[in-house]
Amino acid sequence: MAEVNDRIADIIKDDDVVLFMKGTPLFPQCGFSSRAVAILDHLGVAFSSVDVLQDMEIRQGIKSFSDWPTIPQLYVKGEFVGGSDIMMEMFEAGELHQLMAEKQVARAEQ
Amino acid sequence: MAMQASEIETMIRAALPDAEVTITDLAGDGDHYAAHVVSASFAGKTRVAQHKAVYEALGGRMGGELHALQLTTAVPN
Repeated sequence: MAEVNDRIADIIKDDDVVLFMKGTPLFPQCGFSSRAVAILDHLGVAFSSVDVLQDMEIRQGIKSFSDWPTIPQLYVKGEFVGGSDIMMEMFEAGELHQLMAEKQVARAEQ
Repeated sequence: MAMQASEIETMIRAALPDAEVTITDLAGDGDHYAAHVVSASFAGKTRVAQHKAVYEALGGRMGGELHALQLTTAVPN
């Protein structure tokens, strides 16, 4: 348990924006993960992703790490932001764009 | 394994008695729902805290038997 928490802590420290998801950005395996990717693409921020379907330890571990029951989960600069519903609410309110600007995250390469 | 819309609403209202709960069966299959929950108890809470309050009301079913619940929360106007 402690070990997986360390692994997750390292992952969210290594990149500004990290999405824990089912599948990959190119081939999402769940509608909610697909929506999360679409939002990040739309914002044009660089992000890394972790496919929890390839890693059962992280799939379970991330739920207790974030105290959040579902996947996808978005982290920005090491902080938990929310799942796909919250991403959508924040996106529609312009708050996600604002958050990315405030945290000065890197833009995706075009 | 799927949950009834009425069951979801009852559980949310048991934990958040003032809540106005609107459940939509998205796919008509009793398995993909959207819930909109409006409660004064959300005032001053972050979105994450608001959603967590609803997940707690659902007693661990979220992410298990309730895979597809699209959730939005709000404070009454």
